[in-house]
Amino acid sequence: MIEAVLFMLGLGVSCGSILSAASKVFYVYEDPRIAEVEDKMAGANCGGCGFPGCSQAAAAVVKGEALPSVCVVAGPEGAANVAAVMGLDPGTAEPLRSMNTCTGGFRADDKYYYMGVKSCSALSALYDGKRVCTIGCLGMSDCIRACTFDAIEMGPDGFPVVIEEKCVGCGACEKVCPKSIIKIRTMSQRLLELNKEYDALGPCQQTCPAEIDIPKYISQIREGDYEGAVHTIRERNPLLLSCGRVCPHPCEDFCRRGIEDEAVSINQLKRFAADYEMNSGKRLHISVAPDTGKKVAVVGGGPAGLTCAFFLRRLGHSVTVFDDNPELGGMIRYGIPEYRLPKKVLKWEIDGILNLGIEAKTSVKLGKDFTVGSLVATGYDAIFLGVGAWKDYNMKVEGEDLKGCYTGINFLTRFATAQQGKSKEQISIGKKCIVIGGGNTAIDCVRTLVRLGAEEVNIVYRRTRKEMPANEVEIVAAEHEGIKFTFLAAPTRVIGDENGHVTHLEYLRMELGEPDASGRRRPVPVEGSETLMECDMLITAIGQGPDISFMNADTQRIQELAITRWNTIDAVDPITLQTNIPYIFTAGDSATGASLVVEAIGGGRRAARSIHQYLSGEEVKAPESALFKKHIKESIFEKVPGIQKKNRAEMPELPVYDRIKTFEEADLVLQEEDALREAQRCLACCRICYNKDVAA
Amino acid sequence: MGDYIVLIISCIFINNIILAQYLGACPFLGTTKKMETAVGMAFAVIFVLTMAGMITWVVNTFFLNKFGLQYLRTIAFILVIASLVQFVEMFLKKSIPALYAGLGIFLPLITTNCAVMGVCLININEEYGFIQALISAISYAVGFGFALILFAGVRERIVLGRVPQPLQDTSIGLVTAGVLSLTFFAFKGMV
Repeated sequence: MIEAVLFMLGLGVSCGSILSAASKVFYVYEDPRIAEVEDKMAGANCGGCGFPGCSQAAAAVVKGEALPSVCVVAGPEGAANVAAVMGLDPGTAEPLRSMNTCTGGFRADDKYYYMGVKSCSALSALYDGKRVCTIGCLGMSDCIRACTFDAIEMGPDGFPVVIEEKCVGCGACEKVCPKSIIKIRTMSQRLLELNKEYDALGPCQQTCPAEIDIPKYISQIREGDYEGAVHTIRERNPLLLSCGRVCPHPCEDFCRRGIEDEAVSINQLKRFAADYEMNSGKRLHISVAPDTGKKVAVVGGGPAGLTCAFFLRRLGHSVTVFDDNPELGGMIRYGIPEYRLPKKVLKWEIDGILNLGIEAKTSVKLGKDFTVGSLVATGYDAIFLGVGAWKDYNMKVEGEDLKGCYTGINFLTRFATAQQGKSKEQISIGKKCIVIGGGNTAIDCVRTLVRLGAEEVNIVYRRTRKEMPANEVEIVAAEHEGIKFTFLAAPTRVIGDENGHVTHLEYLRMELGEPDASGRRRPVPVEGSETLMECDMLITAIGQGPDISFMNADTQRIQELAITRWNTIDAVDPITLQTNIPYIFTAGDSATGASLVVEAIGGGRRAARSIHQYLSGEEVKAPESALFKKHIKESIFEKVPGIQKKNRAEMPELPVYDRIKTFEEADLVLQEEDALREAQRCLACCRICYNKDVAA
Repeated sequence: MGDYIVLIISCIFINNIILAQYLGACPFLGTTKKMETAVGMAFAVIFVLTMAGMITWVVNTFFLNKFGLQYLRTIAFILVIASLVQFVEMFLKKSIPALYAGLGIFLPLITTNCAVMGVCLININEEYGFIQALISAISYAVGFGFALILFAGVRERIVLGRVPQPLQDTSIGLVTAGVLSLTFFAFKGMV
């Protein structure tokens, strides 16, 4: 008996002493906070947070890989306790939320069922799970079973729907999904996402320069969730009211319904959702990430600058916008006339962006009132240059500086400034006006002139109507408003009277020759065909480029900024939009030359993404498989079976007789029932699947 | 030499610790849902069992037998194995962090694993010498890992089948384990 007691005692003592010695010898430093953090957690080892046990979760919190709110059992109080240990503010956590990127519906012919297979992982193991498409949701509820918080349920279309309020972002669903359809993202991550080659994207979303999730917001409109639609658009485009009015909607050119029928009126639906928010009188809440303490200067308050500022602010950076005009908006305020985009609407939109806590400094000019050097000296960590393209090109013909001659952007800006009461200038309008050019600026000029009472307005363009770069709807509207078009005419000389006032434009008639580099047939002058056209006012609107005069006035540093031969700021990579000076980024017209508003918005967001990477100390780089303006080949169809023709919603507009007398908005918003009907026309396309029309 | 080969084959196949002796059923069911975890567990068991086989033999031969305290075998082995696993965990964490990261979460699971305990006791009951005990421990562990990996492979494919609701998951797992065990009985009488 005594031997047994002694033996066990001896064994215990030796084991104990060996272990205690080992714990000294093999001591590995562990942050004492890990134990403290673990103590504040529920201790249930439930795995709900996605870590194997509380100690792992605690270690992740201390390492900064998890948020103080990681413990799903301890609740907000526990999160506060953990945050207190870590010296963090519990509010700093941006919650992870699960989202389903596949919206489902009835689908294409390669739907493939295996009898009796009951789980996504099984389907996926057989034949890549071609139930829907090669990449889509399999709808077998693996994620629903994986979710311990009942935050995912089966939607009416047989695809899982995440209930945002219940989701704790534990990631269990993301882990079990064999197709990576369910994704866990913070809002910031969602804002920064770019289209990728392997994503489930409809052709419209691939085409949109701002990469808006078009099928999603249309389906939200269809379900009557107009607020949800606004949020969806705003994840990519903060200028939805403006874009809904002026965007030439390149997306609609690739609308799958447009192959067999008329395209869905995507942009009108965007405007419908945007106007719904404005007319409802209350602004929807826009989430903003916790402050990061980084400061960014956005130079230029146009669409690119505002977009960049909007996204940077939502990512938690503090932003100041500088603009040399008295008010923000840039080209959409001064270049786009009142009848297309009322200033009241623009003001509402810009106020919404500034309300996020963005500071605006107007009437200050880069290179004159401040320089890049002075911005750096006042503590800005990064600079965004979105100075736009405000310098009109000249025709380089004799007499274009006579009295009565204007240039397009210059004319529109001076007029808009006077109209908004910011200058006292009186612009005298001629009776017979000529506008040279075929782009949107030229059309804006002629339609403005008509409204100002010009008796005869002529557009002179050197190619034909088919080659005009202006938006089709704008050209049609101008035709309705009584504009005369003179095609195949190249101005050669401007003739004035003895007072130096313009009286005639001399032009050569042209013929179309061989196609040039842009694919348009090159106009060739007809010898000896000089013709005179009478006028008392002439506007040249043949294009514009960035005004880079700030380069001369600024400090030494900026002189190194690379400029292309088109006078645009040279972004080394068109996706990251970082310039050769690492802390300077660009986007919009100053990077691309005169282009679309939605292009500037897309650029503004990409620049915000790069600036965010730069400020977080990451490498500024584009995602490896970024789609960026390309199309996924398999998603572009020749034929779309199962489509029945349904009329596209007509755009309501003011009658021509009324609208040419005023600057009131000419295009009106869709009525709710029309919007709902139009939303029904959407096929809810994904990469290769779409909803066929049910035979009526 | 021939004896050792017979010992190895009998430990791995004929007297497979899981499928023939029904020891270590909890990790067998718990870690075989995924091949990845099954492989991790298999290597952790090989590692621990080798160590435990040696040290328990030493404890038994030089202490228990010497003082006639065979009746304390079970409790003494529990203490020794638990301490050993703890020690090994500390040692790996400091010295071979890569191995620790690989086996990390499986090591504490084996502390009270009946398969480990069982093998140590079998070694004593069979009155093996040190080399025999070592070989038997390694072979049993290999057999354990073999069964684990085999079973994980089967279970990964079970999801493809049409399993009635009440039999899903662990239930069908146990049924499968039974069938697998029956197939292993075919080795009986080989040696």
